[in-house]
Amino acid sequence: MSPAVTSAVVEVKGITKAFPGVLANDDISFDVRPGEVHSLLGENGAGKSTLMGILSGIQTPDSGGILVDGEPVRIDSPRKALDIGIGTVYQHSTLIPALTVLQNLMLGDSGKLLLDAASARARLEEFGALLGVDVDPEARAADLALGRQQQVEIIKALWRGSRLLILDEPTSMLTPQAVDELYTVLARLKADGLATIFITHKLHEAVSLGDRISVLRRGRMVGTLDAAAVSSTPPDKLEEIVIEMMFGSAAADLADVGELRVGLGEAEAVEAHARATKAAVGEPLLELAGVAAPGEGTDPGVADIDLVVHEGEVVGVAGVDGNGQRALAEAISGQRRLTAGEIRLFGAPVDRLNVLKREKLGLRYLTDDRIGEGIVGSLSISLNLFLKRIGQAPYWRYGSIRRGTIDARAEELCEQFDVRAPGVETRAGTLSGGNMQKVLLARELSFGAKVVVFHKPTYGLDLKTTLGVREMIRQMRDGKAALVISTDLDELLEVSDRIVVLSRGRLVGEAEPGPGAAERIGGMMIGDVSLSLAGAGAEGTE
Amino acid sequence: MSNLFHQDVLTALISGGVIAGIPLLLAACGEAISERSGVLNLGIEGMMILGAYTGFVVAYYLHSTWLGFLGGAGGGILACLVMIVLCVWLGLDQIVVGIAITLAGEGITSVLQGAQFGTTYPRLGATPTTSIPLLHKIPVIGPGLFEQNLLVYLGILFALFLTWFFRATNVGLNLRAAGEKPEALDAAGVSVVATRSWAVLSTGALAGLGGGFLAIVGAGVFTPFMTQGQGYMAIVICMLGRGKPIWVALASLLFGISLSITTALQLAGIEISTDLINMLPFIAVMVALVIFGRRSYLPPALALPYVRGAR
Repeated sequence: MSPAVTSAVVEVKGITKAFPGVLANDDISFDVRPGEVHSLLGENGAGKSTLMGILSGIQTPDSGGILVDGEPVRIDSPRKALDIGIGTVYQHSTLIPALTVLQNLMLGDSGKLLLDAASARARLEEFGALLGVDVDPEARAADLALGRQQQVEIIKALWRGSRLLILDEPTSMLTPQAVDELYTVLARLKADGLATIFITHKLHEAVSLGDRISVLRRGRMVGTLDAAAVSSTPPDKLEEIVIEMMFGSAAADLADVGELRVGLGEAEAVEAHARATKAAVGEPLLELAGVAAPGEGTDPGVADIDLVVHEGEVVGVAGVDGNGQRALAEAISGQRRLTAGEIRLFGAPVDRLNVLKREKLGLRYLTDDRIGEGIVGSLSISLNLFLKRIGQAPYWRYGSIRRGTIDARAEELCEQFDVRAPGVETRAGTLSGGNMQKVLLARELSFGAKVVVFHKPTYGLDLKTTLGVREMIRQMRDGKAALVISTDLDELLEVSDRIVVLSRGRLVGEAEPGPGAAERIGGMMIGDVSLSLAGAGAEGTE
Repeated sequence: MSNLFHQDVLTALISGGVIAGIPLLLAACGEAISERSGVLNLGIEGMMILGAYTGFVVAYYLHSTWLGFLGGAGGGILACLVMIVLCVWLGLDQIVVGIAITLAGEGITSVLQGAQFGTTYPRLGATPTTSIPLLHKIPVIGPGLFEQNLLVYLGILFALFLTWFFRATNVGLNLRAAGEKPEALDAAGVSVVATRSWAVLSTGALAGLGGGFLAIVGAGVFTPFMTQGQGYMAIVICMLGRGKPIWVALASLLFGISLSITTALQLAGIEISTDLINMLPFIAVMVALVIFGRRSYLPPALALPYVRGAR
């Protein structure tokens, strides 16, 4: 089709939205046409979420307008957005775990008194055929794999006859196989004439999937690469252009734009990079022998975990979310009691040591639950940095806090870890996700850390912070050791020396980053045993 | 002790149990509606006592049981409006507001009763009963179960209706979504605030109706503090019944029997201090919590005010 003639489904004109202290969207204009995928790239805080919030009716703009099929509309509630035909798949699932797929889909059909299960079932089948997926309507949403849940979310977004589908960071929690399925689904929808806005921070996804690519930076629209430019430019050249757009002059401030591209690029280049920085492997620092720990709630436990992390080594733990990651992390940190097995730190068992004693030995745990158990939102940054040092000299003396000493050290740490905040007295809860994570990193990596467990260290962070965090993980090879638990396989391939795969609470295989590793590990993640046997040092499972 | 199993004693126990159980059933079903929509209603005790008072006054002056019931529901609605405005619209703490409503309800009704009737406690006459043909002739259980005020049957039917309502209607599904994950309901284009407002409103009406039944049918008199913690008992029943109306109804009737044991024991001529017997229902509550506590299910968004877009 010729994009020049096709008129836009939705056109955004001069949208401006200010929050106290931040201009989240500054005079943004762009449009989406039928049968195209429009990728929207930008760092965290670039204004993507705000823009999507405005399109889906969660936020209202201060000025500017939205045109649908050329007609100006006011989208002041999610209901209005749905009525207009804008369906959104949010980054965080909006499915209700306790309800069935069908009930989730029927939610909001308020026109009638009774639920119409029969016609909903027929409609689900229709969508299943359109998308090429098969979903059990009676399954509880909580029991579905994440990729499947997302397919249901897409169906839900399209349920009331959408013309525009908005996908917010749809690949962040998926296995490579599920990402492939998502690509297929999107291709089918595109062929069906649907307009799609695809928000991502993964450059290669934006480039490979988008017909057009728009870049946001600090609330401003930097520019849009049109279809002709996207299709005629070779992918690596395109990535270079987009990076330039995303970071502008700031790209020069980054250590090296070339390295940045490696961070985003193909696995081979990454591997070479990893090999180059790989240090000699030393003594075992952290050993797990036959470790079993119970699950909590819907979170499964782990069993029969045998794992050794040596000095100078970064070991990755791959797996689909909810396969025992949290149980494993908390068993090591001491937050969860073992039901079997033993954990040794520097060769000595730590089973009888509590969290605090393990932390004093140099074991650190960077939690994935930043807001819940990482920081205390109502306390200042400096107090958050010293939460685990309470009572220790020189920050406390005779049981009383020495604010001056703490603030001075906190300022050093903020400087070192590049925490962007008005001051160390700022309440930690007001920080952005990236800065919050930097505060946690500063706390966990300082004060004599030897062995660090990273749990989803870059989840939800912007590109620049992500690269910084990964660099910190790589630096652990310098005489320390790291265990990186992540659902982002690209990340593990980039930072790890070895990757073990966690599936249903057990380690089902091991692989080294290299050609074909992603597919092999992906296979093990979803329990494909025949593939996992091909992996080096694969362990048998039932 | 053999007297305890005498036919009259058993009949009185069952009959008393049903009459004492209906206020619990109505209030607990109301609490189930509110809790499933995500509003923890600790004010239910206050809504019951207010309903008991307004119900009694209407029945007393207008000489009508049914207008009395309506008055009771009205009293409950009046009390729950406070909760709707403060908790659902303004997002204040549900626990604090709930306790405030309870304390205020107890205080206001005591003052009004004192101002109106002084130290006399006028009684209402016996209320009409409806016998179900044939069934009420069954020995022992017949008179207790099938010769009662019409509202008893309606209350039990209501529990069945509520089961169907949660399962088969759009509004029922919206209600559950509001308690499970309000942001999902909002994203689906349904107002969380409106859904929860209606839920709390019906809770108030049901709790008030339960209170009215307690004063008009159960006691035939209004005395200050006459609900004696039955609202809290309803909260426990709702929790143990996992918000499922059928279980809630069964548990209510069982607790009703434990409430009516006093009368039965007196009939049987067994002398135990009434203070001890009055403790019985609450001991039953604690035992039930210890045994079945793990079974209880509370919606994830319970007691959390919903603000769109808040993190």
